[in-house]
Amino acid sequence: MADDLKIKVNGQISPVAASADTPLLYVLTNELKLWGPRFGCGLAQCGSCSVLADGVEIRSCVTPVGAVAGKSLTTFEGLAAWYAQQKGLAQAPALHPLQQAFIDEQAPQCGYCYNGMTIKASELLAHSPRPSEAQIRAHMDGHLCRCGSYPRIMKAIQVASTTMAGATR
Amino acid sequence: MNAIHTNTSPGPLSRRDLLKGGALVVGFCIAGSPLPAAAARGDAAGPPDPTTIDSWIAVHADNTATVYLGKGEFGQGNTTGLLQIAGEELDLEMSQLKSVLLDTNTVPNQGATTSSSSIHRGGPQIRAAAAEARQALLALASTRLGVQTGSLVVSKGVVSIDGHPSRSVSYGALLGDKPFNVKFTGIAPQKPINRYKLVGTRVPRVDIPDKMTGRYVYMQQVRVPDMLHGRIVRPSGQGAYGDGAKPMSIDESSIAAIPGARIVRKGDFVGVVAEREWDAVKAARALKVTWKESATLPSNADADLFERMRATKTTDTVIADWGDAAKAFAGAAHVASSSYRCPYQSHAPFAANCALADVGPNGALVMSSTQDIYNSRDMLAAVLGLPVAKVLVQYYEGSGTFGRSCYDDCAQAAAVMSQAVGKPVRVQFMRSDELGWDDYGPAHLADVRAGIDANGKLVAYEYHGWQHGWMVNETTHELALQTAPKERTTGAGSIPVNRMSTGSMYAVANRRVVSHAVPMVGYLKGAPLRSPLDLSFAFASEQTIDELAFMAKTDPLEFRRNNIGDERWLGVLNAAAEAAGWKPRVAASALSDAEVVTGRGIGLGTHHVSYGAAVAEIEVNRRTGNIVATRIYGALDAGQVINPALVENQIVGQMIQAVSRTLKEEVTFDKNGVTSLDWVSYPVLRFAEHPHVTPVVVQRLDEPSTGAGEEVMGATAAAVANAFFDATGVRLRQYPLTPERVKAALAART
Repeated sequence: MADDLKIKVNGQISPVAASADTPLLYVLTNELKLWGPRFGCGLAQCGSCSVLADGVEIRSCVTPVGAVAGKSLTTFEGLAAWYAQQKGLAQAPALHPLQQAFIDEQAPQCGYCYNGMTIKASELLAHSPRPSEAQIRAHMDGHLCRCGSYPRIMKAIQVASTTMAGATR
Repeated sequence: MNAIHTNTSPGPLSRRDLLKGGALVVGFCIAGSPLPAAAARGDAAGPPDPTTIDSWIAVHADNTATVYLGKGEFGQGNTTGLLQIAGEELDLEMSQLKSVLLDTNTVPNQGATTSSSSIHRGGPQIRAAAAEARQALLALASTRLGVQTGSLVVSKGVVSIDGHPSRSVSYGALLGDKPFNVKFTGIAPQKPINRYKLVGTRVPRVDIPDKMTGRYVYMQQVRVPDMLHGRIVRPSGQGAYGDGAKPMSIDESSIAAIPGARIVRKGDFVGVVAEREWDAVKAARALKVTWKESATLPSNADADLFERMRATKTTDTVIADWGDAAKAFAGAAHVASSSYRCPYQSHAPFAANCALADVGPNGALVMSSTQDIYNSRDMLAAVLGLPVAKVLVQYYEGSGTFGRSCYDDCAQAAAVMSQAVGKPVRVQFMRSDELGWDDYGPAHLADVRAGIDANGKLVAYEYHGWQHGWMVNETTHELALQTAPKERTTGAGSIPVNRMSTGSMYAVANRRVVSHAVPMVGYLKGAPLRSPLDLSFAFASEQTIDELAFMAKTDPLEFRRNNIGDERWLGVLNAAAEAAGWKPRVAASALSDAEVVTGRGIGLGTHHVSYGAAVAEIEVNRRTGNIVATRIYGALDAGQVINPALVENQIVGQMIQAVSRTLKEEVTFDKNGVTSLDWVSYPVLRFAEHPHVTPVVVQRLDEPSTGAGEEVMGATAAAVANAFFDATGVRLRQYPLTPERVKAALAART
């Protein structure tokens, strides 16, 4: 059993009741009650369950919780704070610029894929502040959307990129 | 580990307890009120009486209103559109309006959220109810202010005497949280279109802020206290319909090591429950079941499936029979005639379905992503053996469903398991459950023939289509109650060839359309998939039209213009062509030997109403066989469009999904069962592959609103297929247009 297993999520350290082989997703949703990462396929094929581990996007549905002890995890809920930390902002905004851009561009339809879309795009913009369309397409290709909202996600990422570039000046 | 059977006595659970359980969930639900009106109504079983205005609208003391919409939000934005309609009649702003969770005790039965009916059929109901509510509020204001209603004006829910703005009273002050006690007659005067302020404008979606800030509650996130996690256990993909899934033996020891895991069996239904979700997943994987063999499916390879459909004894219906097609063909200058093969496709929602049920001896609460809470309630009552009035169904949005995905199957599975174990059970379908046990959009075989005279005018058109129908009972129902196979063969629930999608857009005097209904037993289970079979009809019909244009040495746009008989079809055709910057040219007149060649195509299509047109620009890699849709343009005339931004978003979504279905999607199976069980074996269009989309809304404020959620899909499929011919000079008569089929077709030509 994993009596002493702990994970750090959005800056907070939490004990884990589940066994170490339990996929991280089930711990995040059932123990920590986080609603950002969500079940889509359970096979690491769709990106619905994505979180950042030390700033790198991973699929929580196939990652054993025991494998992320010692890493700093960021979920959708912690994106704005993570962004503020990256940018050295004194105070975290209410929303990550990507979230705001997705609202402004009226991008989602059902919106279920938007956890993964936001997480993956935030990873991209953290190291490539002004990505080309081709870079965005390549970087986001592991994230499916069944409603067909890809063009608006593309636009929202480009808008957020511009916003974030402005924030550094 | 205990095997639980349905005769195990569950603990007592009163209906009031169930409602309390429901209220807990409602409390943290979607932005909006925790159902004050439902509380006022008590716990009488719904649906609320549709003949009283109080079932539709409540006005609150803070001068806001709740509209009890009976249509569910699935991401298409219908909540926003319907609230716009209500706000227009009531002269309320969007910020003063809210809707509530759909619940069979709370919202009137507006019918299923299917067939693009929210605005088309639900809109007029909401408009009439809001007009009647306004009339009642003006009558109260007339008494309060001492003037005739004709002297009153309303702005933002404040009624004042025209010309005397200070003499006013708000809706909230007139009625605040008290009932209207007014009959819904449907004859209250409605606002003239020329005074619309809210309808026709680009109001932002009301659901998006909560979705993007993480406050929105999807079905997959709902939890209740003391709940168990359940998973279904079935063969990995369904076999031939009618063979069922019969467990011959279950090895209970195979899950003995998993803490708290228990088997639930009712009839042929098998599931597992556990306190921890991961334990339920592990138990479902580990449970050893020997299934009765099923080896009677045709495979999805061409000859097997489609030749069996053609050879089957069918029930035939003449859908249209105008003029004398046989005679007209005999006199035609050119005739195009071919067969087309169209695949089974899956709803394949992005997230597998989830449901939560709390079933006791006296009642059941079931939460699900159903498109029809009232129909789901009827079906659940039958599975559970409870009176319909004892079943309460609540709707929570899942991921886009695009027709009847596994939501009812999942809800029934949760209900059966909860009834067995006497605790709430949450069932999450796994990806292979959803893709392997879907009720699929049926395969289709078409023989199409059409002819023109020497002037390029269509003189004859004939369409024969073969397909089976749709399911009646869900798989859980059939397994748990061991019922005989049942298919909707006639009436509103069946799926004959759609007359609107098969040549109706053209003025052709001699037209014959025949539907050949194949019995579903022995094939895969079917159900409506977004724009049911319209992609198939348009793929076959509009390629035939395109061939005639080619035979007549005419530009395909010009050929269609010459043959269209209705100005609304012409309107969308011209709108799509203009958006695409279409230049006249005969198809396949600019062929190239390059490795990557380009083409453009055009197509028309619809579902039942509305008018859709599409242009597609594609690239074909002749070496790899890969097709990329680079740019697509879609025009939709859906009559009065309540919110053009919503319809633009629907056009974009439809066209991307139609490109996915035309290029990539096909349910695969062998004689034992379905083999496309994940996103690798059932691929959909990916981010890097998506085309640029230009949506065009053809606004017609004076026409009734019609559907806007699926009417450009057929046109898109046709445009992509026609673009392939333009690029290569070769016709592909079977979709999806996979690299293998492309390479084979190109090789056959040389």
